[in-house]
Amino acid sequence: MSFDIQVNGRPFDTEPRAGQCLRTYLRERGWFGVKKGCDAGDCGACTVHVDGEPVHSCLYPAVRAEGRAVTTVEGLASPDGELHPVQQRFLDAQGYQCGMCTAGFLMTTAALEAERGTPHDDGKLDDLPRAFKGNICRCTGYRAIEDAVRGVRHVERPGAGKAVGRNVAAPAGPQVVTGTARYTFDVEVPGLLHMKLLRSPHPHARILAIDTSAALRVPGVVAVLTHEDAPDTLYSSARHEHPTEDPDDTRVLDDVVRYVGQRVAAVVADSEQAAEEGCRRIEVTYEELPYVVDPEEAMRPGAPVIHAGKGPEVRIARVENNVAGEVHGEIGSVEDGFAEADVVYEETFRTQRVQHASLETHGCVAYFEPKEDGTGERLTVRSSTQTPFLTRRALCALYGLPEDEVRVIAGRVGGGFGGKQEMLTEDVVTLAALKLRRPVKLEYTRAEQFYGATTRHPFTIGIKVGARADGTLTAVQMRVVANTGAYGNHGPAVMFHSVGESFAVYRAPHKKVDAYSVYTNVVPAGAFRGYGLGQVTFAVESVMDELARRLGTDPLVLREKNIIGPGDAMHSPIGEEEDLYIASYGLDQCLSVVRKAMAEDRSAEDAPEGWLVGQGTGMAMIATGPPGGHYADARVSLLEDGTYDIAVGTAEFGNGTTTVHEQITAGALNTTEDRIAVRQSDTDVVRHDTGAFGSAGTVVAGKAVLLAATSLAERLRTLAARHTGVARHLCVLGAESVDCAGRLVTLKELYEAGHALGAAEELAADGHWGGSPRSVAFNAQWFRIAVDPGSGEIRILRSVHSADAGKVMNPMQCRGQVEGGVAQALGATLFETVRIDGRGEVTTAAFRRYRLPQYADVPRTEVHFTETSDAIGPLGAKSMSESPFNPVAPAFANALRDATGIRFTELPVTRDRVWLALDREARRTRTVGSEDGRK
Amino acid sequence: MDLNTITDVRDARTREPWRPGDAWLGGGTYLFSEPQPRLRRLVDLSRMDWEPLTRHPDGSLEIAATCTIAQLSRHGRRFLDAPAAPLVEQCCRAFLASFKIWNMATVGGNLCNGLPAGPMISLTAALDGSCLLMAQDGSTREVKVADFIRGAGVKDLAEGELLRSVTLPGRALECRTAFRQASLYGLGRSGALVIGTLDPVDGSMAVTVTAATTRPFRFWFPLPPTAGRLRAVIDAAVTGPEWFDDIHGLPEWRRHMGLRLAEEVRRELTHTPGEGAR
Repeated sequence: MSFDIQVNGRPFDTEPRAGQCLRTYLRERGWFGVKKGCDAGDCGACTVHVDGEPVHSCLYPAVRAEGRAVTTVEGLASPDGELHPVQQRFLDAQGYQCGMCTAGFLMTTAALEAERGTPHDDGKLDDLPRAFKGNICRCTGYRAIEDAVRGVRHVERPGAGKAVGRNVAAPAGPQVVTGTARYTFDVEVPGLLHMKLLRSPHPHARILAIDTSAALRVPGVVAVLTHEDAPDTLYSSARHEHPTEDPDDTRVLDDVVRYVGQRVAAVVADSEQAAEEGCRRIEVTYEELPYVVDPEEAMRPGAPVIHAGKGPEVRIARVENNVAGEVHGEIGSVEDGFAEADVVYEETFRTQRVQHASLETHGCVAYFEPKEDGTGERLTVRSSTQTPFLTRRALCALYGLPEDEVRVIAGRVGGGFGGKQEMLTEDVVTLAALKLRRPVKLEYTRAEQFYGATTRHPFTIGIKVGARADGTLTAVQMRVVANTGAYGNHGPAVMFHSVGESFAVYRAPHKKVDAYSVYTNVVPAGAFRGYGLGQVTFAVESVMDELARRLGTDPLVLREKNIIGPGDAMHSPIGEEEDLYIASYGLDQCLSVVRKAMAEDRSAEDAPEGWLVGQGTGMAMIATGPPGGHYADARVSLLEDGTYDIAVGTAEFGNGTTTVHEQITAGALNTTEDRIAVRQSDTDVVRHDTGAFGSAGTVVAGKAVLLAATSLAERLRTLAARHTGVARHLCVLGAESVDCAGRLVTLKELYEAGHALGAAEELAADGHWGGSPRSVAFNAQWFRIAVDPGSGEIRILRSVHSADAGKVMNPMQCRGQVEGGVAQALGATLFETVRIDGRGEVTTAAFRRYRLPQYADVPRTEVHFTETSDAIGPLGAKSMSESPFNPVAPAFANALRDATGIRFTELPVTRDRVWLALDREARRTRTVGSEDGRK
Repeated sequence: MDLNTITDVRDARTREPWRPGDAWLGGGTYLFSEPQPRLRRLVDLSRMDWEPLTRHPDGSLEIAATCTIAQLSRHGRRFLDAPAAPLVEQCCRAFLASFKIWNMATVGGNLCNGLPAGPMISLTAALDGSCLLMAQDGSTREVKVADFIRGAGVKDLAEGELLRSVTLPGRALECRTAFRQASLYGLGRSGALVIGTLDPVDGSMAVTVTAATTRPFRFWFPLPPTAGRLRAVIDAAVTGPEWFDDIHGLPEWRRHMGLRLAEEVRRELTHTPGEGAR
């Protein structure tokens, strides 16, 4: 039987496999623009046109494409390379961040435009919430996408040296919109083997035996790896500059499994199908062990001990009580503080398990390449990671390899949100690659992202606050229990961070905390945007609102009375952070924005009749970088053709740091961004980089780039002076040339002169930043909402966010970070929940069961930046990636309280739960009323 | 996603004997959306060339199982000349799925999935539709849609039996209709979907509750009921566990929304509009 299909005008005749979907058929033919987001028809990232009709290619049986013409994003532009108008508009508006969803939005929009005016047109293009029902973007919050569809232009091309503070376009834009940006799995590696993981069906069990013989007989299976093949070394999947921050409680493959979904064995085969079949043929004999999924139960005496037998060297706080880490501290005496208070309010708040849901799943490809010095081969791991350098360090430690034997690189990363500050696949893939000396790939499925990766830490926060009648806080006390799941990766660190800035942002003479990070037999939690702060901020900001109500005070006034000021020290009961300073202070401006929005707001008039209307605020403070040092090296070089090259370690996953690095360099070297190229996220390009986490891309890596670029500018002027004999102070660096008192030395000429003068090393400069000292950034969020008491439906009438990002490097991108953070936080506020059953097994392992914010769910948020300039950050900038998330949930809950009179203490606040609470309250009131009547 | 245990795709026209591990392949939008480790062969219906939509002389509309949602939507918007026509588009839009899925997903597939939120179930149950089922031996039988779906994902469908088509009687298409949907999310999966139909011939009213319940419940009244009677009838018929409990809505909320939307539908149909009706 012959098969023929046209893809972007080119014929292909390879017959698809019987059960193959069109998505993988196209990718196997090299059309990597067709992305996998969910592989289940929910996210639209794989949208292509089949005979002109848009379809989700992950659901399209490849055999049905026989005789048809398929267009992918690579075929959207005209053959001569002229962009499709939709592609151009996505560039002009920068309607993307990580770009994994972009091909889907482009193909969908292009199809809608083609349909316009035809008899099939049903008005979707005028109704984008409906048009984009099947397209999920995790990064942008959709405003940028709307602007792209509507043709709003944001990007600018500022002149030489003027890039900082302007809307310079992300350099990868043209690749993103043409489907040619190369993400982790968009590579062809000859002889590639595929790995699939067998996962535990039990929440806690000892593996007594594994029979791999049947699996090994499956045609195509090359190897089956079990705990017997894995090193005994214990480590943490969490990546930190200092590995001692996390307990070493993990093995590559263990003989004890601690959650449903933990990997048990890895099958390597010449195809994914064979590896999958191999997994089905492995026979494992388990001895089931008692398990515990609730953290409070896990801490009680007699609870199953999840890491029994591990010693103090692995740094688990209390193995026998399942406490991975804990902190206890008190400033003053909260007992005295509560005695001094006129009002004391106490409540318990709970946040749920949330998934990062970056559209690119976890995974990596490991292969061997010749070393540059000709002394054999070295291992290269191409990974979807936020931390290439730390992952190399971990792999070297795990397998006893010198650093020059391992290279770790990240292509463009399709979203992170903290989830990729983790080594979840590189360890086991490296094990296989080293054993087989062959290239091996492991690409997680969407379902594996839910049960085999990490989540945000679910928190329970018991909080008690006291205040005098005038609103002055006297005491704040919290008991925090964070559920870290089966492993302690990021557990103690998230717990520490959660009670740092959240306590410090309010002045109170007496503060006390008891916090625990607790093991349970559930999929591990890990780093997540906000790193614990968002959970505790939900409690703190809800309580401040409630306290104000009880005192009869405006919640904003209560806050203003008690927040730290620019000259204040930051006190947390867990101790001082010695390198943390308020190097710029914009919290007052953040609250002023809210006050102004409230004063002028008329959105309550938009509420439907009979709906309850309310407004609420939340605010948050965050350190501009992780504690204990966050290192970045950068090198900026002048190239032979007169352009510049930036080498920097940090990864790009839509956060926009690459753009900012170009802008900083363009400013320092008085040039334009099109004369600068960036090489990044590769352990070969610089000495070290701690990684793209802790919102460090601008303030740490950016600072290293600034230092390098500034230093290079000085060197080039010196060189020009030497070359021309003109005094150095008369040599002015320009975009094309150095103006040496009227004599123009082109940058090409300068490059040649550098070599001729034997000063080639002067054509490049290094920068290094250690991430310390650190400053703090502030955010405030305000909502006005309307609630339908008859259904629980909630409409956001207005959303206002103020952000103190210091000097904003790129307003368009920074706005995008804020909008995306607000949208992601709204998901966690309104519906996102990774549900587990009584055995800790995840029951929501698909996007149709785990609702992500879609176009229709996300309101437009007005974003305001404060006028501040930081004394520490590069050119006055501060971080603004994680922090917009943190004030959103409490602002929403406070608005809900204002509208309904009910304090919601548990997230998410879905419509059914809101209605149920209102209904119960109404019944209670009726009952109380009738009882009163009888009396 | 790739279904890696599938070894063969057979053309349904060849009518080969059904084997364990076989599945009918309609649009594929469900089958390819989840791992199907028990399946070995797909029996492809895409070349049956069944007429997607046929208006019979008696006024009834026969919808082939292989009719795509996109075809049905276009028919409802542009060609179907009947008072109930708007309901077709309303139900299509009740899909959680994108319009791009509509290009592949079939009416039959939605029915045979049997999920409470299946909007084609809502549509065809409300319009008193009947399923035409074909057994492996070629024999056929008919069953009302409201009876075809027995529970969440549970159908009156034997192994290897095929849904050939669903027919909506002409009388139902002549009804005035009212539609209400509730979801936990913006344009999300239905947590409750209620459709009312008012028969212009005899003034009878039917109210069909779906999505809130594990299976469709169609309530027929010779004359429009009072609010109290409608509520009482629904509450008496739908037992506690039949208010659906899953992640897309608490059963208490679904019951509340089912009853509330039913009342809204009743009121819309009994309130005589200023013009247009009758």
